[in-house]
Amino acid sequence: MKMIAIPKKEWPAGLAKAAGSFRLFGPVKEKEFHSFKRLENGQLPDFSCQNTRLSPKHLVYPQSEVMLTYSLDESRPDHHIMKEAPADTSPRAVLGIRPCDAKAFVLVRMNFDTPDYKDPYWLRAYESTTFVGLSCASPCSSCFCTTAGCGPFHEEGLDVLLADAGDHFLAKVLTEKGAAWVAAGGWTQTADAKAEGRLADLRQAAEAKIASQVQTESLKAADTTALYNAGFWEEVSFACINCGTCTYSCPTCWCFDIQDETRGTSGVRMKNWDSCMYPLFTLHGTGHNPRGTKLHRVRQRFMHKLKYFVDKYDRGIQCVGCGRCVRLCPVNIDIRRVCGLMNGLAASGEACAID
Amino acid sequence: MLSYAEKIREIAGRLLTSGSVEMVIGFRQGTVPMMNEPHFAKTPAQVQALVWDSHCGINLANYLTDRKEKIGIVAKGCDSRNIVTHIIENKIKREQLVVIGVPCKGMVDKRKIAMKCPGEITAVIEDEAGVTAKGGGFSQRFEKKDVLQHNCSLCIHRNPVIHDELVAEPVPEQQGVDRYADVRSLEAMGPEQRWKYVEELLAPCVRCYACRNACPLCYCPTCFVDEARPQWVGKGQDPQDVRAFHFLRAYHCAGRCTDCGSCERSCPVGINMRVFTKKLEKDCLDLFGWEAGLSLEVRPPLDTYRPQDPNDFIK
Repeated sequence: MKMIAIPKKEWPAGLAKAAGSFRLFGPVKEKEFHSFKRLENGQLPDFSCQNTRLSPKHLVYPQSEVMLTYSLDESRPDHHIMKEAPADTSPRAVLGIRPCDAKAFVLVRMNFDTPDYKDPYWLRAYESTTFVGLSCASPCSSCFCTTAGCGPFHEEGLDVLLADAGDHFLAKVLTEKGAAWVAAGGWTQTADAKAEGRLADLRQAAEAKIASQVQTESLKAADTTALYNAGFWEEVSFACINCGTCTYSCPTCWCFDIQDETRGTSGVRMKNWDSCMYPLFTLHGTGHNPRGTKLHRVRQRFMHKLKYFVDKYDRGIQCVGCGRCVRLCPVNIDIRRVCGLMNGLAASGEACAID
Repeated sequence: MLSYAEKIREIAGRLLTSGSVEMVIGFRQGTVPMMNEPHFAKTPAQVQALVWDSHCGINLANYLTDRKEKIGIVAKGCDSRNIVTHIIENKIKREQLVVIGVPCKGMVDKRKIAMKCPGEITAVIEDEAGVTAKGGGFSQRFEKKDVLQHNCSLCIHRNPVIHDELVAEPVPEQQGVDRYADVRSLEAMGPEQRWKYVEELLAPCVRCYACRNACPLCYCPTCFVDEARPQWVGKGQDPQDVRAFHFLRAYHCAGRCTDCGSCERSCPVGINMRVFTKKLEKDCLDLFGWEAGLSLEVRPPLDTYRPQDPNDFIK
């Protein structure tokens, strides 16, 4: 795929042109922090943002999404019939998504797009979206993407990768969708022959700035039961208040719950984010909850991300190293530390799988 | 307050060695700037992990609920008031506790500091009067009084109200503090203006419930928002349901809230939901002369009737 040079002075006009065929979304600062929002006419994505406080997963997977609507009014011929809720699936482009957050969609897709089950709501939103990534020149000190299967210039899940090259952006076009977006912006200047080398240099410089790591190499071979029964869970879970901050800010957490809400005679069936931290999560109809205590819930979160996922998909951990849960946890539970404990136990031989 | 840490470790070590407690609850050094983690020590060797500085804002009384052991607990003024509340609400027994009192000089607000710095903060160094935040290409010192958590700047109960040990001499309490200026401005608003204020305040809420869960008062076995039969509140992001959660949560704290600030501190999106609990705190003070958590002997106003209670609401 080719590399385009987009002079920054042509960026706003190009975006205005692209807005004719794409709904544009980007990081916007409101009061204290940035979040991904629909860009108003002429509004530019704020690329000064290190990263948005919450992940952009809501763009494809809203916190509350109406799937179906119904009427209970028996005088209507269509009463008690579920009908698909209207959704806007016209093309859109998400501008300035960080490579970690784009890679997260690839991981989440493994859950929502399988040979047996396909989530039409997630898929139609994902497929209508073009991801225009912005490489991370200055990663946060709590980012650990390079050891979480990702990186500040990682391309997986992106359609275009932008790199800030001073007076212009280098735009590496990665997919057909990406090419369509570049064409819609009217940017046609092919980057010069040295661009590949410049991009590699920028990438190397950015990767060198990642100051934080996780060790994951022993997780796969570890014995699940030994990790599950490890002695450190009491200490790891002690501080946890079982809020949803980690799971809600996480780009890779995908659990949801389904609710019907009726007002008068009309109602909706909606899909809401759920969290393994919550007491209702996995609560059985009998009233029993196999994850009834804080320790169970905290263990579930880390075992899912760092062991069950690893075993089930063989694609590394269910984490892209964005560092949001590390930065936002109100009581400073740090996945890097927990991952180290799990990996360390596995590496020590105490949790080795028996052949 | 930095010298407190050593004293905390000494007391904790003594309590564990003598077997007077089975665990000591305090804080350990955080992994990111301006954050410490609630932590326990069960052996004298483990007390070395305990720390104290201006980033110990989480209310540790929250970690006592329904515990059965004998516990040593590090408690600043607000923690101690919530320990009192826990005791009078039968969530822990006084005899189970050895309260290691910390005369508090206030906790710093990491968001306030972050907003005043030009880039990401990678280290914060504390001295007796302030903190220095450092990051790529900057180093900025702040006087502590300028970057206190809002509730700490208004606090008039910095010294623990109950304690069995004290890590230092009591600190002078703040005098002449106008504690309710923000509530008065809310009260002065017309209904429409106040509604708009509340709508904007709660707009970023993602219902992670960090405010509820960081609060020592919120220990119901099943919170009303989690109740399924009947379901009182919708689970989605409808602003009406978000408001219902916040309003009811605040009312459940009436006459009990100590304005420890854990709720606001925990919020990932920076909502000051303390305006609700502060309004109720002010009402309790105005109507019943009540401040929560100051006495083990006096019952709170909402579980007692006194003939002189205001009855104006009965028409």
